[in-house]
Amino acid sequence: MENFGYLFAAYTIIFAVIFLYVVFIWRRQSRLEIELRAMEARLKDVREELKGRALPQSR
Amino acid sequence: MNKRLNLSLGALTAVLMVAAIYMVFVYVPTEADQGIVQRIFYFHVPCAWVAFAAFGLVAICGIFYLWLGSEIWDDLGYAAAESGMVFCTLVLITGSIWAKPIWGTWWTWDSRLTTTLILWLLYGGYLMLRAMAEDTPQVARFAAVVGIVAAADVPVVVVSVRLWRTIHPAVLVTRQGGHGLEDPRMVATLLIAMAAFTALFVWLLTLRFATLRMRLRIATLARDLNLAHAAAGDL
Repeated sequence: MENFGYLFAAYTIIFAVIFLYVVFIWRRQSRLEIELRAMEARLKDVREELKGRALPQSR
Repeated sequence: MNKRLNLSLGALTAVLMVAAIYMVFVYVPTEADQGIVQRIFYFHVPCAWVAFAAFGLVAICGIFYLWLGSEIWDDLGYAAAESGMVFCTLVLITGSIWAKPIWGTWWTWDSRLTTTLILWLLYGGYLMLRAMAEDTPQVARFAAVVGIVAAADVPVVVVSVRLWRTIHPAVLVTRQGGHGLEDPRMVATLLIAMAAFTALFVWLLTLRFATLRMRLRIATLARDLNLAHAAAGDL
């Protein structure tokens, strides 16, 4: 089992880097999803407010 | 992005990766000259293959972006460059770890190592440009050009072991022709590992691409929100 440490280090680094990259993407995606939902809700509110204000004027 | 597609790709990657790990550590025989450390090769080569494919995709996306001007190509190229950079980093690290017991040094300015390092630096520059500059069509055009020019180094890395004097092993296509993997189990292990890494790359690419598309959707919503606020102010 000579040089086992090198083999272990290589595979550990490969899986650690891939795992960290997946976590990085996943966290960024979660943050953007929250931002997207919040923005959609705000836009919906503003549009409803606009509709509410526009209706009395059109009568 | 379709969640079912993401799950399917993730599951396929996991199955292939488990098979590859089993084959690398249990199935494949130990190489006579290098010993156990040669097993690094079964993940080192697929990492290189995926990095080259990713950088090739960046160049193709760059060409299509310059031609058609669609943001989809720009986002796909950006996602491919980032994933390619992860795998290129792994190529350099695992190669260095293999080199220490075999060559007696972590690094040498060999033609393949040097051209691979240049490739890593070129795409590092591409990603720095994307990260530091604003997200404008002009920056996307600059990035497309950088991505295309940088990809010219990929064939240089591939043929470097035949063009110049080098100590890097030419295993897949030896200098005498044919391949250097004499045992069919070694070939099978390498093929499964390559399939696993290809699936992993496609999965990471779709995940990252979806994130970039979501960013665009947020920018569009922000613009709509500003317009709606402006309209509310006018009433």
